[in-house]
Amino acid sequence: MPEFTKEQVLAVAALANLELEPAEVELFARQLGDVLAHAEELRQIDTTGVSPTAYGVAPHTVDREDIVVPSLPIADVLANAPEGEQLPRDGGFFKVPRVIG
Amino acid sequence: MTEVTSVSETRDAVRSGALSAVDACRAALERIESLDARLNAFNTVSADRALARAAEIDQDRSRVSAAPLAGVPIALKDNICTRGVRTTASSRILETFVPPYDATVVERLNGAGAVIVGKTNCDEFAMGSSNENSAFGPVRNPWALDRIPGGSSGGSAVAVAAAMTPLALGSDTGGSIRQPAAMCGIVGLKPTYGRVSRYGLLAFGSSLDQIGPFGRRARDCAIALGVIAGADKADSTSGARAVDDYEAALTGEIQGLRVGVPSRMLASGVDSDISRALSAALDVLRGRGATIVDIDLPHAKYAISVYYMVATAEASSNLARYDGVRYGLRSVEDDLGLMYARSREKGFGAEVKRRIMLGTYVLSAGYYDAYYLKAQQVRTLIRRDYDDAFREVDVVAMPTSPIPPFKIGEKTADPLQMYLADVFTVSANLAGLPAISVPCGFTQSSSPTRGGAGEGGLPIGLQFTGRAFDERTLLRVADAYERDTEWWKQQPPIAR
Repeated sequence: MPEFTKEQVLAVAALANLELEPAEVELFARQLGDVLAHAEELRQIDTTGVSPTAYGVAPHTVDREDIVVPSLPIADVLANAPEGEQLPRDGGFFKVPRVIG
Repeated sequence: MTEVTSVSETRDAVRSGALSAVDACRAALERIESLDARLNAFNTVSADRALARAAEIDQDRSRVSAAPLAGVPIALKDNICTRGVRTTASSRILETFVPPYDATVVERLNGAGAVIVGKTNCDEFAMGSSNENSAFGPVRNPWALDRIPGGSSGGSAVAVAAAMTPLALGSDTGGSIRQPAAMCGIVGLKPTYGRVSRYGLLAFGSSLDQIGPFGRRARDCAIALGVIAGADKADSTSGARAVDDYEAALTGEIQGLRVGVPSRMLASGVDSDISRALSAALDVLRGRGATIVDIDLPHAKYAISVYYMVATAEASSNLARYDGVRYGLRSVEDDLGLMYARSREKGFGAEVKRRIMLGTYVLSAGYYDAYYLKAQQVRTLIRRDYDDAFREVDVVAMPTSPIPPFKIGEKTADPLQMYLADVFTVSANLAGLPAISVPCGFTQSSSPTRGGAGEGGLPIGLQFTGRAFDERTLLRVADAYERDTEWWKQQPPIAR
């Protein structure tokens, strides 16, 4: 089993939108390496022709009538928007930093 | 202090008028007030709302006279959404989140006359087996305050074990109801995947998560399951099949029931006191006419590896929603990408980050086939093992945990060792099957590394796993076992 390197930790953190602290990078490299090394045991198992299971109990297709039902009131939903001087809750929008220059 | 009793006793007393819902609620609130500074089982106690709700029930007794949980105080794990009451999942990122809607189970509990008294501490986003991964501090085991109560639904288990409430709900993704039930000496039931709606449960592993009850007795769990089970339009994975009368299934009759024991899997790695307790429990079942059958679950030993690939992959996807935009903690930055990354860095604890990272890795290009797809294929083999076993037997029995509750802080440096202790619980989630843990003994207090507060040993749990949607048989065998044993009557010193 190849080691889980700090570079790999940083690459995965970037994919997961996590900005790790330097101490975490080192710690996670070792701990995730341990877990992945243990999971190597799965390679011994012959799974030729075995279909993957996504749900333990067979999922069923569920249909419903195409009827409009009430959604949550916008004011209730916006009540949880992060607060701050530059983050007004009014106007019916979530405010984020400028994306387009 | 008024005694907090079982679900059925409380309900019957409220129905008959012998006890008011307000008095039942006050008794629970007083117990929480006097005990929780030492146990840390609750993140939020909603005393005013609970008392107002209880008063409503007392004023309208005609309406609740047939309600299955009339006046019963209940604690909910803090990952179940409650409208108007903060729901944190024990995470900094949701520390101030107040849901604008109720989970389906909450609506059903309210409809059944239950009184929600508060939200219980847990591992952050239900990720953990010790309740040490909470942003609000560890929960303590009422049998030994320096030990873990199990996790992730540790606060819910402790609420019931310390008789703060007669009933609690938790969620179980890989053992998070059953393992803390075992370690706290109470009953915990993980229903079949799809038996209970997950709408309003903060998602961790969507193909594994299931809400279920904690009680002192199997009957308490049977009553609660009857309330929360059933199809829900808001959760397309909830099963359409009719809800059984679980209380009526508790006949005490297990003559001829076939109980499978995977003895090869249990031959090593199980604490000796726990092995002895299992053997003694099987003798009790034999005494009631059950037949013990040796079975093999050849792939169950791989369940930990499969689980920690599948569950973390699902977690990495589910937790992508916590980005600081619509709710929860936001790190205010000029750049959107930095806002995401720093909000998540500040908001999530170490275990949650580890699992997001692991899940992101096993789903990433180049590793998907080797880890995630392979794990899903072995998941099929684990499920088939159970299919084969249930052609021979009606339930499978094994310990809930291979080890007794350990000391707080003892295993935090080594996540893999912590994960390996989930060996007996994760396969029921992978296969979607129902499973229950019932108290079956205590470790020997004479051992120097054991013993709680000098007062006897630590609780041991016995697990039964059943066929999909056959919670009736699980509850029947658990209740029958209870009738011949006194373990369930034991109360931790702190609660006496």
